Amino acid sequence: MGTMLEVRNLVKKYGEKLAVDDISFDIREGEIFSLLGPNGAGKTTTISILSTLFSPSAGDASILGYSVTKNPMEVKRLIGVVPQEIALYDDMTALENLNFWGEMYGLSGGTLKARVKELLEQIGLADRAKERIKTYSGGMKRRVNIAVGLMHKPRLLFMDEPTVGIDPQSRRAILDSVKALNKEGMTILYTTHYMEEAQELSDRVGIIDHGKLIALGTQSELTAQVGEMDTLILHLGENEDPEHLAQALKTLNGVLQANPSDHTIALVTPSAEELLAPVVSRANELGIKIHSIDMREPNLEAVFLHLTGRALRD
Amino acid sequence: MNLRKFFLIAFKDLRLIFRDPAGLVFMLLAPFALTLGMGALTGRFSGTTQLGISQIPLAIVNQDGGELGKALEDIFTSKELSDLVAAQILTDPTGARALVDQDKLAAAIIVPEGFSQSIFTTESGGNIVAVEFYQNPTRPTSTGIARSILDSFLNQVKIGRVSGTLIIQQLLASGAINPQQAASIGAEVGREVVGNASGSASIKLNSTTVEGSGAKFDILAYLAPGMAMLFLMYTVSFGGRSLLVESRAGTLARMLISPTNPGFVLGGKGFGIFLTAAAQLIILIGGTSLLFRLSWGDGRAVMMLILAAAFGASGWGILMAAVLKTPGQVAITGSAIALLFGILGGSFFDLSMLPEWVRKVGMITPNSWANEGFRILSMGGQLSAIKTNLIALLVMGALLYALGTILISRRGLVRK
Repeated sequence: MGTMLEVRNLVKKYGEKLAVDDISFDIREGEIFSLLGPNGAGKTTTISILSTLFSPSAGDASILGYSVTKNPMEVKRLIGVVPQEIALYDDMTALENLNFWGEMYGLSGGTLKARVKELLEQIGLADRAKERIKTYSGGMKRRVNIAVGLMHKPRLLFMDEPTVGIDPQSRRAILDSVKALNKEGMTILYTTHYMEEAQELSDRVGIIDHGKLIALGTQSELTAQVGEMDTLILHLGENEDPEHLAQALKTLNGVLQANPSDHTIALVTPSAEELLAPVVSRANELGIKIHSIDMREPNLEAVFLHLTGRALRD
Repeated sequence: MNLRKFFLIAFKDLRLIFRDPAGLVFMLLAPFALTLGMGALTGRFSGTTQLGISQIPLAIVNQDGGELGKALEDIFTSKELSDLVAAQILTDPTGARALVDQDKLAAAIIVPEGFSQSIFTTESGGNIVAVEFYQNPTRPTSTGIARSILDSFLNQVKIGRVSGTLIIQQLLASGAINPQQAASIGAEVGREVVGNASGSASIKLNSTTVEGSGAKFDILAYLAPGMAMLFLMYTVSFGGRSLLVESRAGTLARMLISPTNPGFVLGGKGFGIFLTAAAQLIILIGGTSLLFRLSWGDGRAVMMLILAAAFGASGWGILMAAVLKTPGQVAITGSAIALLFGILGGSFFDLSMLPEWVRKVGMITPNSWANEGFRILSMGGQLSAIKTNLIALLVMGALLYALGTILISRRGLVRK
């Protein structure tokens, strides 16, 4: 497999603030690469630079050898972008939207007509194609939003958090379509803050936080960084003090990390099962009520927690 | 390929604005309704003449005793203007002013003693005795018309005076006459000009129509362009707003990510504003022609003025988008500017009622140039008569588009 995308020492500064802080990575042809990180980590800014919308403050990136700063037109022909927001015209029908965006990508005549028909069938909206977008549900809009990014059959598709704010059924449909597109040979850069999505879809994952790429590799390579550690997530009552309990739990045998946040405490331990009883007992001694407990085996969330000391959703 | 996308973006914007019910109300329904309402108020549809623009009641008090005062009298009492103006000759200026104050007259024109003498004998740069125009503020349209006839006459006199001075100076310089002869020859040249003025085509309303028949002033020809230009400014602010709306919605970014030169994306948006503005004016002008049987004048000249007005106005739309931060700000500022330009540009009342400095400020508005152009055409003027208006509107549009584009690029709307 050749290299589809090379990112080298990319930096984006807004005044003193570093939105993207010297990141470098490659994406191979035919792979799904996920950029996983919390909101505000720099995922959208990175995609905006790679899609030629923003100029980098330093560094460069190339797609199939074309620089995003020096050859933007060639890059634009190779890429498709599915933005996080629904970038469609509400007062136009799905058919009109697809026709408009198809023409913006240089399609015309029979080719355009055939491609629009094919996409409408793929997203299951052929029978509602002549209805205005504003009458669609959130999930239907998302599907049209994705279809627009696929109009010109791009070699590399950027998908920026395409499942934000939609129902589980539509989310499932989108994840399945990402897999199907990849099976057809499309290379995909997928950004998300949902660990489950990155785990389900990705060949490789880059974890990004505060503009920095803090980890990069396959899922097994990443989880190996935290060893065979389990994570226990304790959910406390609204009036309880997670800081106080976390301090107390740090003294227990087997607790490697105890990270408090809003009404929860994340414990990193070699054996969650063995730690369960002492944790509950210590909470009772302190009079702190635990609502529920989640046990997690090594995963990307644990990796993020291990690397940053924070949960992904923070 | 890029040019095709330029038009694609522009026609998409045109289609979207015509699908917006609120936009249609502002663009088309409101100007029609206001024109209709104001036309009814001024008696256009009832045939009444009290507030209409036929038989405008005027008084002329001629204390001059010279050729110019007589010529002015002759013009206002001429057969050609008899349908439009009902002028009575009075001798007492105080009485004439009182009749205006009592709302019995629209205006009184008082030509003071020595007016002609001051024109014929005063050397270039000397003081000229001023003609007084005493107007009734409750009859803006009628006084505006009377004022424009008077202005035409005075302009002709001014031209004659300058010509006379030049002729005398040249004759003196060449030695053809001596300084003692200059005064009498100057007076003779001046009289010649007055003779021309009293029979001049420039002040005869019925002598410049396309067909050669008499063009009657119609109050709707005064109101309709004013309303069309007022609402055109709303439309261009909607257009400018759409650039910021697209920036927020992500569709502008999506266009910029497509293989299209960013300049063509921005150009397409600008052309979309122009197209919408031109379409609005064409519909309003076509509509008023059909509904109110209003004659706008020479078709070719009207079309050129529509395009120039749309261009000049849409430049303001682009500038608003470039300077203001949010679509809400553009909507509020656009409404305020539309109203302000409507006032300064003569969309609500005749500009002759306003002080000179306000009229000068009004020249920055497309309304002022376009309103004047439409009025000239509706009263029988040809393309050549609106040349200055066309140039002013085109220069205004070009400057504002250029400035707007620079500011938009600096602001990073196209590339951050």
